[in-house]
Amino acid sequence: MIDLEAHLRQRRAEGRKLFVPYVSGGLDAEWVDLVRAFADAGADAVEVGIPFSDPVMDGPTIQEASVRSLERGTTPHTVVAELRGVSDEIGVPLVVMTYYNIVFRAGHRRFARELAEASISGAILPDLPLEEAGPWVEAADEAGVASVLLAAPTAPDERLPRICERSRGFVYAVSLLGVTGERQSLATTAVGMAERLKAVTDRPVIIGIGISSADQAREACSVADGIVMASALMRLRLAGASVQEVAAAARKVREAIDG
Amino acid sequence: MALAPSSSVPVMGTPSDDGRFGRFGGRFVPETLVPACQELEAAFRDAWGDPTFRAEYDHLLRTYANRPSLLSECTRLSEQLGLRLILKREDLNHTGSHKINNVLGQALLAKRMGKTKLIAETGAGQHGVASATAAALMGLECVVYMGEVDMVRQSLNVFRMKLLGAEVRPAMSGSRTLKDAVNEAMRAWVSDIADTHYLLGSVMGPHPYPWMVREFHRVIGDEAREQCREMTGADPDVVVACVGGGSNAAGIFSGFAELPAVRLVGVEPAGGAAVGRGVPGVVHGMLSYLMQDEFGQVQEAESVSAGLDYPGVGPEHSHLADIGRAEYHPVNDDEVIDAFQLMARTEGIIPALECAHALAWISRERATMKGQTVLMNLSGRGDKDVAQVQSILDSRMS
Repeated sequence: MIDLEAHLRQRRAEGRKLFVPYVSGGLDAEWVDLVRAFADAGADAVEVGIPFSDPVMDGPTIQEASVRSLERGTTPHTVVAELRGVSDEIGVPLVVMTYYNIVFRAGHRRFARELAEASISGAILPDLPLEEAGPWVEAADEAGVASVLLAAPTAPDERLPRICERSRGFVYAVSLLGVTGERQSLATTAVGMAERLKAVTDRPVIIGIGISSADQAREACSVADGIVMASALMRLRLAGASVQEVAAAARKVREAIDG
Repeated sequence: MALAPSSSVPVMGTPSDDGRFGRFGGRFVPETLVPACQELEAAFRDAWGDPTFRAEYDHLLRTYANRPSLLSECTRLSEQLGLRLILKREDLNHTGSHKINNVLGQALLAKRMGKTKLIAETGAGQHGVASATAAALMGLECVVYMGEVDMVRQSLNVFRMKLLGAEVRPAMSGSRTLKDAVNEAMRAWVSDIADTHYLLGSVMGPHPYPWMVREFHRVIGDEAREQCREMTGADPDVVVACVGGGSNAAGIFSGFAELPAVRLVGVEPAGGAAVGRGVPGVVHGMLSYLMQDEFGQVQEAESVSAGLDYPGVGPEHSHLADIGRAEYHPVNDDEVIDAFQLMARTEGIIPALECAHALAWISRERATMKGQTVLMNLSGRGDKDVAQVQSILDSRMS
């Protein structure tokens, strides 16, 4: 299994901005091909959604993707099983994004072990805040899986170092007050959020939620170490774009942040 | 599991610092919402300990909401059931249900916190109407999220909310009922947190909501206990209330939880029996019993009553069930429709379908309570349900 944080730190040390595109796991028959195509397009890690029935941090695009995926019979196990070995094959770490009840239901240790056995490097749980994260972070640490925590613009200054200390792999900077989904422009809070985090941590700081275009990605990377892009790419796929077409859009983002 | 040995620790007291009732509760929300929940907790602690706030709240309850609500003895129904049935008449409150207690408290608190806008979720529309009412009374903006299915089932309540100046936004995702309305309200709160208070309608959600909402409904139990002693000279043998999220039950239970001889019974719809059929899970900010599949996907509840159509339950109810202080039993939709008619014909009271659940259980289990005093929380009136029951009865006859 690729060590998520070591991998991202090394890429950053090479002077590279980090690009993390997102795929909704189980969305369609070709979703794993899209993971591979994102790696080819220059992703430094790929985020894979495990669909949940009640995704409170997601806007309409990821909600629709989750519904479609669940309707195909997707379960946490099918997503993890289909990802088995993929990270080793493509040489890019994989990070799952899901909601805490999926982990809680499976059991913290069992879920962490299943990820590790499939060479999945990390997990993001957007409804698990710092105060409740303890049992999961411990189980993930034990299994060698990076538990990525989120930091939001509403956090007072004293909270950010505690989040950064507990986070593993990278710190997920929430760019704005809101849920996932495309926006006309980069939120005014985005760069400030990255600045506040960079001031208190050496871990990679990656901005997500609302990063909607190559230009916005470049702007965010003026301070942040990288970006996550989800809804903008998934909207294309939901509208019928081929794997190659979605990967081409991802490649444009790669080129934009490489400047 | 044993009850706490010291009688000085109340059964329904303050949750732990991390918002737990036993092993349930907590604050499982996106990071964005954590500071808002902390701010709300601090504001509620401060306000609830402030005699000025308490006096203002009490004044509103008395002069606006029509408290104290009556206690009514059911003479004909008691005779028919072979027990002494007493009703706590929350249906006679302004807006027609217990929900007004909570919305007045939270709206007053929101104003004290300098918030200008309320958002709320609603199932049957009772909480939405109550929220719109409190917003109108206090000059606050109000947006209510309601499942698209429920908007059809309860179209009159949608119109009421609009009359009261609120905006009603449909929740179009998932089952398009209460669960999805909560999701939409939480998404809206994440997006618009600075000026907005999320006026959650039940004893659920992240800490401090389950505790705060129960405290705002505690007045039901406190009044009922004293009224019952005055009326009968004793405490009731059994206290019965319907449970969806569980706010009216929490309110009436809190007046009797410290009296071990009083049996507490929560009645759930068979299609939404979180305590009866659920396993512990996390959704909508809380760890509680939850109807879910083997993978942790939340299941859709199915009940004739939109207000109880919820797959989870407030965490304190999970705790009360765990320690054996309260029991939770299911009734099916047919039993509910029968009880609805029974109360109308025998007592001249049309109950909300929600509270008809409580009567359905009492009626079914009457033989086990022969001669006992049974206090039932009549948490809302049934005007909103008349059209729906009419169509159910019409289809039964055809």
